[in-house]
Amino acid sequence: MTTLQTVFAKAKADERAALVGYLPAGFPTKDGAIAAATAMVEAGCDVIEIGLPYSDPLMDGPTIQDAVHRALTNGTRIADVLRTVEGVAKTGAATLVMTYWNPIDRYGAERFARDLADAGGVGTITPDLTPEESGPWRQASADAGIDTVFLVAPSSTEERIQAVADCCTGFVYAASLMGVTGARDSVSSAAQGLVERTRAHTDLPVCVGLGVGNGRQAAEVAGYADGVIVGSAFIRRILDAPDEASGLAAVRELGAELAAGVRA
Amino acid sequence: MRQVTPTEGTLLTAADLAGNGVHGDDPDVHGKFGIFGGRYVPEALIPALDEVAAEYDRARNDVAFLREFDHLLRTYAGRPTTLTEVPRFAEQAGGARIILKREDLTHTGAHKINNVLGQALLTKRLGKKRVIAETGAGQHGVATATAAALMGLECVIYMGAVDCERQALNVARMKLLGATVVPVHNGSKTLKDAINEAFRDWVTNVDSTHYLFGTIAGPHPFPEIVRDFARIIGVEARRQMLELTGALPDAVCAAVGGGSNAIGIFHAFIGDQNVALHGYEAGGRGLETGEHALTLTAGSVGVLHGSRTYVLQDEEGQTIESHSISAGLDYPGVGPEHAWLKDSGRATYHGITDAEAMEAFALLARTEGIIPAIESSHALAGALKLGRELGPEATILVNLSGRGDKDMGTAMKYFNL
Repeated sequence: MTTLQTVFAKAKADERAALVGYLPAGFPTKDGAIAAATAMVEAGCDVIEIGLPYSDPLMDGPTIQDAVHRALTNGTRIADVLRTVEGVAKTGAATLVMTYWNPIDRYGAERFARDLADAGGVGTITPDLTPEESGPWRQASADAGIDTVFLVAPSSTEERIQAVADCCTGFVYAASLMGVTGARDSVSSAAQGLVERTRAHTDLPVCVGLGVGNGRQAAEVAGYADGVIVGSAFIRRILDAPDEASGLAAVRELGAELAAGVRA
Repeated sequence: MRQVTPTEGTLLTAADLAGNGVHGDDPDVHGKFGIFGGRYVPEALIPALDEVAAEYDRARNDVAFLREFDHLLRTYAGRPTTLTEVPRFAEQAGGARIILKREDLTHTGAHKINNVLGQALLTKRLGKKRVIAETGAGQHGVATATAAALMGLECVIYMGAVDCERQALNVARMKLLGATVVPVHNGSKTLKDAINEAFRDWVTNVDSTHYLFGTIAGPHPFPEIVRDFARIIGVEARRQMLELTGALPDAVCAAVGGGSNAIGIFHAFIGDQNVALHGYEAGGRGLETGEHALTLTAGSVGVLHGSRTYVLQDEEGQTIESHSISAGLDYPGVGPEHAWLKDSGRATYHGITDAEAMEAFALLARTEGIIPAIESSHALAGALKLGRELGPEATILVNLSGRGDKDMGTAMKYFNL
């Protein structure tokens, strides 16, 4: 199992940023998600976030909403999410689950942390779990030996950044802009400032997500962040492909472009 | 029919608004009512929620703000609303005395105007020029569009595509009032999806925009703010009941979707231990059919739309779509304060089916000449049952939260009118 610590140490030694790819479990199909995530790893992703499809994804834009809706429609359940993590972790990528809080809350925090660790997962990203409410989850994660990642945003005050960073163990997720997930034409100018402000509060790696979708943007973000997170752009390639094989080819192509970007 | 003259009353006070220090039931610093409430939202929204909470805290203690709110309630919304006793309707309730709090007589036709005027004033204090809101039945959307027109604010309303169809008249009203109505085609295409979409707008436009939340759900401080602005319903009703009957009612009945009209009338009575509080949720086609909105009576504790509360969800935490003939009650969550009142035993919650609600809807129209909102008809149906249980000595106060004009399309279909 590759840990986040190993990934970021290696990327640092290579003087580059890590590449983090996101894909919901069950999209485009249950097995198709494992195949697509594997293609992302083969193309150069160091870390994979497997999304846990949830009925009310209120911080996601249309692309991820569409993918998640398809995953739920094809009957994707938590067992499928864990099976996806298991399949992707075998590739050697550090594999996380990104999820809204309620599915873990309902499944049971200790049980989820344990089952995720057993599947080879190294941690979670929980975008709607605030530091104030995160105590039980951090305890369960620590007990299971998995990392916790939370988000800071351009609107975060210094106190909030400190509070969020204090709850993170793997890295800190810096949301580049005020808005929902989805590729944008340019990376928000707020991102670099947020990364710098975050560094003042923690020694953990800081990764930037939201709005990154091509090699040029990846290179730009890699200039100041420890990791570049891409989700919607991968999903878009799969959605736009006429069949699964060409979808995988498009994912590989984007992965390679982004991998070159973080090394530029 | 006996009627009371609206109470002259005195100026709204900070205590009227909040019950602050009267019942000691404000949420804690994290916005928790017991284990319920709190904030489960993207970090990006925390500063905005903090800003709203801080400004509201100043506003609720600011005499100028209270005076302005009070002035609008009196001169614009039409407060205080009267009580109406309904003896012909009550004949079907075992002869118990039934008294309606007439929120249907407010401007725009439902209690929603109270909260909206308060939050629109708060929006101005926040220095924001744009409001967004979700709406189910369209009543909160209409009220928000109304307040936005009154105060010169840009207004965008998110409404499920299914609800847009069910409530076409309200869509037209909102447009006439100058609002942009955005139909939401995601998920179940109803209120919960409209809320998701409004949150997405808010996180993107938070610098310019106030999310004028329409019910006592959502992240802290919305459950507290919306309750406080709706609280005038119970404050007035309590005084009026004492004037009319010389005593407090034995029970207070209200419909519960998100729960704002119910908390609005309940709250002033929470300290009155001899007054039973009964909330009526939408039973839809019946509990056994799975097509209902029985969040408190059949749901489980979870997190939805930013707060911990009772939720209709499956064993893996996926929200289950609710059903009700009434768009305003068609919501799989509920305000955290109701969850707390349920678990503490202070209030009791029951289900009323579509059929029972429609029967009460028609009965009130025929016996009293009042066409209620289908939402409110759930409380009326509840009062009929409760009256038969309690007997002729009982006095029951019902929150008639809105009028039924908007529901005529549904009624025409249901009754083949």
